[in-house]
Amino acid sequence: MTERIVIVGGGTGGTVLANRLAERLEPELETDDVEIVLVNDGEKQFYKPAYLYIPFGKKEVSEATKPIPDLIPRTVDFRVDRVERIDTDRKQVTLASGGGLAYDHLVVATGSNLVPEETPGLVEGGHHFYGPEGAEALREELVEFREGHIVLSVIGVPHMCPAAPVEFTLMVDDWLRKRGLREDVEITYTYPIQRAHGLQSIADWVTPIFEERDINLETFFNVQEVDPDTQTLETMEGKSLEYDLLVGIPPHDGSDLVREAGLGDDGWVAVDQHTLEAEHAEDVYAVGDAADIPTSKAGSVAHYAAGTVADRISSRVRDQQPVTTFDGKTVCFIETGMDEATFVSFDYGSEPTMREPSKPIHWSKLGYNESYWLTARGLI
Amino acid sequence: MSESISPDVTVDSRGAACPGPLMDLIGKVQDADPGTVIELQTSDSGSKGDVPEWVEEAGHELLDTVEHDDYWSLYVEKTE
Repeated sequence: MTERIVIVGGGTGGTVLANRLAERLEPELETDDVEIVLVNDGEKQFYKPAYLYIPFGKKEVSEATKPIPDLIPRTVDFRVDRVERIDTDRKQVTLASGGGLAYDHLVVATGSNLVPEETPGLVEGGHHFYGPEGAEALREELVEFREGHIVLSVIGVPHMCPAAPVEFTLMVDDWLRKRGLREDVEITYTYPIQRAHGLQSIADWVTPIFEERDINLETFFNVQEVDPDTQTLETMEGKSLEYDLLVGIPPHDGSDLVREAGLGDDGWVAVDQHTLEAEHAEDVYAVGDAADIPTSKAGSVAHYAAGTVADRISSRVRDQQPVTTFDGKTVCFIETGMDEATFVSFDYGSEPTMREPSKPIHWSKLGYNESYWLTARGLI
Repeated sequence: MSESISPDVTVDSRGAACPGPLMDLIGKVQDADPGTVIELQTSDSGSKGDVPEWVEEAGHELLDTVEHDDYWSLYVEKTE
């Protein structure tokens, strides 16, 4: 009997996992003892970190996209379809095209969804760079911006790419300086808690940089409402802040699919943070943003977690006890301007060590952006 | 005192690292009606500092903090 592994979602976690499984289970795939099915609701994968560069004219949306069949081996059965329901008792998923698909092992890799509509006025009054259309619209605004107040407000937490709001702020500062416009533009960065970033070491590192670059920092700033007419932010703490250009990191949500399947109340799959196995169902795993684990919603986490899940499922297929566990490994580049960057790496419970920004690290980030597709294919 | 507090909502943030518990609380306060009492359960000791700080900043009321074997309960009432 063929054992079927179903992966829901073709982002970084889904395609790295499909590649790693195909590699580890090559003999079983050849003998039809195992089948790997990857289901995604579109044919393409989007490399979201590239969106950060679009507002500055340094990337195009087309460069951030590849067809998923180019990223996975032929031994993986790729289906463009939408999973509408997960029944963990009967161990099957329901597809939008009709019919069910039974699984022996299920991996949820459905990622994050942007829900800007959860904050009144944000859709009408704000811009963002977390999606292709948003990033392109922001580019049009930014290129015309000559004077006034730019506010980068982290509205939704958790959000994808935790360093990106800091990066955007430092990049826009440098970009305006290089264009001779900085003296006519005030920049403010806001964050929901009492410091500039969730990670203490990043907060400690960036706060003096903000001071040096004359970037205002507002903390304990939880946006409740945006008034697009008066261009004002109103917060839960009773503060008001006027802006001329608002770049708002929108609230994120998990998936209704997860909620309705009883896998996690908030739309993120409740998992053991080391095994990535679902707490509320047998033979169900989650990787990437979909997993409710105490680390960043970042591509590197999806990448490393996918390796762990590939090992664990491969062991189960072979009736072995899984050994590999996930330690929360996270790696993020952080742009500190238009031509310098640093990077951080950390795991569960540890704080990153901050390094001096440099041009070579910036070039490494640009190089990685180009070679990302090798990661998606499970090669690096 | 905590014996007499009956929360309307309980937020279980045990296992989450900073700032997860505070953000979980902020999300619940945002959705709650004035007068709602929220119990935040947290195993992150940092919450004992940052939660009271935010509650004061936002003008709500910290009713009590109770230490259990391996977590803390912080009781917060949302004001107007």
